[in-house]
Amino acid sequence: MSNPAPRPKRKNPILRTRLPTLPPHARSRVALGLTAAAALGRLELQRCRNCGAIQYPPRETCHICLSDRLVWEPQDGSGELVSETVVHISQELFFRERAPWRLGLVRLDCGPSVIAHLHGDCAAPPTRLRVLNCLDRAGQAVLVAIPEKETPNMAEDRQLREMSCDPRNRKILVTDGKTAVGQAIVAQLAAAGAEIIWVGYAEPWKKFPGFERIKTIPQVTLMPLDVTDSVSVKELAGEIGVKVDILVNTAEHHRAFGIAARAGTEVARAEMEVNYLGLLRLAQEFGPVMRARGADGRNNAVAWVNLLSIFALANYPPHGTFSASKAAAHSLAQCLRAEMLPSGIRVVNLYPGPVDDEWNQLILPPKLAPAALAAAVVKALQDGVEDVYPGDIAQDWLARWRDNPKALERELAQS
Amino acid sequence: MSTDTLARLVADLAGGRIRVVDLTLTLAPDMPAITLPPELGQAWPFRREEISRYDERGASWYWNNFSCGEHTGTHFDAPIHWISGRDLPDNATDTLPMEHVIGPACVIDCSRESAADADFLLTVPFIEDWEKRHGKIPPRSWVLMRTDWSKRTDPEAYQNYDETGQHTPGPDPAAVRFLIHDRDVLGFGSESIGTDAGQAQHLLPPYPCHYYMHGSGRYGLQCLANLDLLPPQGAVLVCPPLKIQQGSGSPLRVLALVPMP
Repeated sequence: MSNPAPRPKRKNPILRTRLPTLPPHARSRVALGLTAAAALGRLELQRCRNCGAIQYPPRETCHICLSDRLVWEPQDGSGELVSETVVHISQELFFRERAPWRLGLVRLDCGPSVIAHLHGDCAAPPTRLRVLNCLDRAGQAVLVAIPEKETPNMAEDRQLREMSCDPRNRKILVTDGKTAVGQAIVAQLAAAGAEIIWVGYAEPWKKFPGFERIKTIPQVTLMPLDVTDSVSVKELAGEIGVKVDILVNTAEHHRAFGIAARAGTEVARAEMEVNYLGLLRLAQEFGPVMRARGADGRNNAVAWVNLLSIFALANYPPHGTFSASKAAAHSLAQCLRAEMLPSGIRVVNLYPGPVDDEWNQLILPPKLAPAALAAAVVKALQDGVEDVYPGDIAQDWLARWRDNPKALERELAQS
Repeated sequence: MSTDTLARLVADLAGGRIRVVDLTLTLAPDMPAITLPPELGQAWPFRREEISRYDERGASWYWNNFSCGEHTGTHFDAPIHWISGRDLPDNATDTLPMEHVIGPACVIDCSRESAADADFLLTVPFIEDWEKRHGKIPPRSWVLMRTDWSKRTDPEAYQNYDETGQHTPGPDPAAVRFLIHDRDVLGFGSESIGTDAGQAQHLLPPYPCHYYMHGSGRYGLQCLANLDLLPPQGAVLVCPPLKIQQGSGSPLRVLALVPMP
């Protein structure tokens, strides 16, 4: 079994903080199909529509019949460990710093044999196991073999933790604790073993239900933070930025108007101030110091979580200006992801459908419960995925959008 | 004669016989802004964004862009602000007569009563009692309600919200009518976030100070500070708002000229 995560020792302040290094990350365009699946936490392999063969690694044509009619299909990853080896010496800086490193040759039940990173709890070959498709620190897909059945503290495996962003023992900033979603996320991060949770709150004179309750969670410290105020963001980053391992941006401004239903730009601007410029301010102040801590020991700076909206993909006209602000944030999150990539910090975007809160009052169920969204945040960090579409509505929109974005636009125009 | 007066004023200022007291709170991002129900339009709080600070954006100079509403920080209310004053002549910040923004200040001390009761309402008998001690309010005066509210540096205590809304002192409807019709004041000033009390939406008419004052061409000042440094009578108030085209009000610097004993 893996060691239960002991609270890590405090950092030795006379030693230099190592600079982040990345595992090899060059991939062909075809191979990025595997990364696209890993971003969602899925194992997908190419299947030939001509002869039915399943292949790995990804190629332009079928390795049996040379057909180019290849489709990506989900696989369950079950297979057998054929052999294993341990790498002690590597010319790659990333693995030099992490040796010894366990690798295995796995024969997948669906056909191909693959080389995978091997979890410490996997028994010696021959043994049954399961292969996952994970994002590594470089944001690229790699295969990871884990035991077939759950073992104690499985997530604490040294190699697996290099793929995940597990909140256990990490120091986390949740930017707005006044909303039901923010409070649910704080509670579930605490339950998942976060060491410290700083919880931001703006406009202290406005009292919201539940806010008093999160003060009673032992890991929680409340911090004044208003993402519309550059001075406030700068001050908080100066105070705690150097310690934040995971930043979860829950700050959101949401009103239910299109263009015609609300005169003027005040509402739209307020949405942009929080949803778009708020993210920009946080990224400018917290981004640099988090990037510098991408390799800061076992509890390094590891992830940045954005709560976006499925409305970011296609405008929902009854909430038209909100949708536009989330589309802007979605675009900026892509920029942030690119800038965080060299330091190995994962930018996780969640695209929920309507959350069951005040501003979605007139939207019919199913609506996503704040606790369900919080659970999706924690799971995304534990699994190390990059894009999450939690709930039935988000999944439905995503499928329709992928199938035909123009059709979805027309459907939403009549909603 | 007026030349003499101004010469003496300048000499008294230079000689410290007249003191200039700043009645303004600092415009800062954490300064509480007016809060309305979330479905209504909202005033912007004060925000400051750097343009450059001796850096690659401008190597030799420091400057900011700032944004805020017309009713942010220590601010002036023009008659056009309220529906009752919307059709009056010269009712906006760019058209109101500048003679009205310099005038005698009468400071009514309600600090003890406000400390005891955050919902304290200034009444006609309270004003009359003040006049017995300090003299009648002269016509074309500014009446300032001292509550020491500006000493509440904690924004939560300054806003003083509970689940029924804001609790801050202000005048009652009869007192406002009395100040306008019987004393012909220029305007009314307060230390809290409105010239009206926090619960004034439940008075008749709602927000009487806004309704009556602006309806008869008078002005408002709010978020004032340092009223405890002014005498009950004898100071002169200087409060010109920014010349915003058709402005309903503006943040401003409010000064008082105070004769030293």
